Amino acid sequence: MRSIRTRILTAVLTFGGGALLTILVAPLIGSTPISLRRAFDWSVPFADNPDAQIFFIARLPRTLAGALVGSTLASAGVVFQGLLRNPLATPFTLGVSAGAALGAMLAITFAPTLALAGIPAGPLASFAGSLIAVGVVYLLASARHRGLSTNTLLLAGVTMNAFFSALILFVQYFADFTDTFRILRWLMGDLDVSSYTPLVSTLPLVIVSFAAFVWLARPLNLLSLGPDAAESRGLDVVGAQRVAFVSASLATGAAVSVGGPVGFIGIIVPHLVRLMVGADHRVVLPASALFGAAFLVACDVVSRTVMAPLELPVGIITALIGGPFFLWLLVRRR
Amino acid sequence: MLQAVDATFGYGDTPVLHGVSLDVPPGALVGLIGPNGAGKTTLLRLLSGTRRPSHGQVLLDGSPLAARSRAAIAQRIAVVPQESQLAFDYTVLEVVLMGRYAHLGTFAVEGPADLAIARAALDATGVAALDGRMFSTLSGGEKQRVVIASALAQISDSSRSSPGREILILDEPTAALDLKYQLGVAALLHDLHANRGSTIVVSTHDLGFAARVCRTLVMIKDGRVLASGPVEQVLTAGRVRDLYDVDVDVVRHGNVPLVVPRDQGDTERRT
Repeated sequence: MRSIRTRILTAVLTFGGGALLTILVAPLIGSTPISLRRAFDWSVPFADNPDAQIFFIARLPRTLAGALVGSTLASAGVVFQGLLRNPLATPFTLGVSAGAALGAMLAITFAPTLALAGIPAGPLASFAGSLIAVGVVYLLASARHRGLSTNTLLLAGVTMNAFFSALILFVQYFADFTDTFRILRWLMGDLDVSSYTPLVSTLPLVIVSFAAFVWLARPLNLLSLGPDAAESRGLDVVGAQRVAFVSASLATGAAVSVGGPVGFIGIIVPHLVRLMVGADHRVVLPASALFGAAFLVACDVVSRTVMAPLELPVGIITALIGGPFFLWLLVRRR
Repeated sequence: MLQAVDATFGYGDTPVLHGVSLDVPPGALVGLIGPNGAGKTTLLRLLSGTRRPSHGQVLLDGSPLAARSRAAIAQRIAVVPQESQLAFDYTVLEVVLMGRYAHLGTFAVEGPADLAIARAALDATGVAALDGRMFSTLSGGEKQRVVIASALAQISDSSRSSPGREILILDEPTAALDLKYQLGVAALLHDLHANRGSTIVVSTHDLGFAARVCRTLVMIKDGRVLASGPVEQVLTAGRVRDLYDVDVDVVRHGNVPLVVPRDQGDTERRT
């Protein structure tokens, strides 16, 4: 077997190359055809260069948002699956998305024009909502137990999802028609960001989480043996579980605040990656981050073009691919 | 030398061990027997440092385990659980290499020395040919050998300075295995003890296994040591009755004492 160093390097180069290529090509595809050469032709002033304007203002932010959200959700999925020792877990299993949805909805309904330091209320409230949801789940799972009980985590997460969904319906009942429609659109998951601001403002959080993921790769390998076995091999199990839970929740909250709860990325991508590179988290994590970026950007191209000039929310595409894929996984696992 | 000195422990408000003292000299092969819920697994957890006694202490080479870092303990003491279920599909070699965790720096990866240690451990447990297989596709007996190899890789010192330094703790390693694999694990433990000089502590419900494999037996009942010493002296009809509350005869089979239950069904059928 090839050394782990070679395997990591091969995965990063292969999946990184693929992601880069997808990110470069994606902005060229759309209702108005543009040329990459003209877009990067600096001899023409930006104001007189429609190709550059479409590339840099209309399509690149959206593509980069896809890359950011895709890579974050895919790697957070890997971390949650490792933490819960359950390959069918997703970044939304523990209630992050429901909390975020409630936050976003309250902002849409009650404070649609509010903004803080240039960041609109929607993303802020959705991020705050996800933090509240995972905070409650965390407190429930760490009470009365040494470390985190993964069973309690799962049950608390499922319950939080149901409870927040009920709250969402409750608030929605009183919202007017326009707001209801906007909430529904948000819940579908959409990468239609119109500027670089949401990307720049979530980037620090994503970087911190990814740094934690790098550290987590080996602990997650040991955790797959079970907490007792991991501990006897020298791992600080409780510490690793905490870092995994907090970093993956933060990353998920950040991604959802940008693109809404885009479903199934966090389970499709890690599984395809494991089929290709094996189970070692030191390979699976970087490969999933890069493949997740490429995958969501590609899905977004499909969503923009399949019914052009109509642009579908990308969450519909990922769910249409992800639902059957999930069932296939379930059947394949005997 | 691994010692428990007056070790007391409980989970929450439920006391499990009451002042247990136990010596495991280097190169010893100690069997832990006792009824379900007697505290065997808990005692093994204290000995491996994954739980700390609320009173008393566990000493390794004279100094308390509690004063050592998790990694330092893991480099000397490895644990083999009854059964191992992996959440993801790792290869056999990957599972064995996970044993090297405590020897590597935070961001270090396994080097050629670690790979050599892993291969030697696979050799020692007789499963070198399985190195590329998926762990999940192995039989129960093969899995147990791979996990023992992982444990050996964990406590292998690259300098291999003194025998008996490596301490292997096994919690009912044969409980889920059929007779053939039980005998296989018994032979493997005997081998590791005799040829490698490993120090081994093993808990079991299989008195035949305990009598065949172990040199010393410790009887645990209700969180206390009922008896301990050489197999011959401990495994007597009277003591086994005290331990399990069942009537038995102890007969000799070759050199090995064999515990035969006096089946209550027998008496019923006869009357």
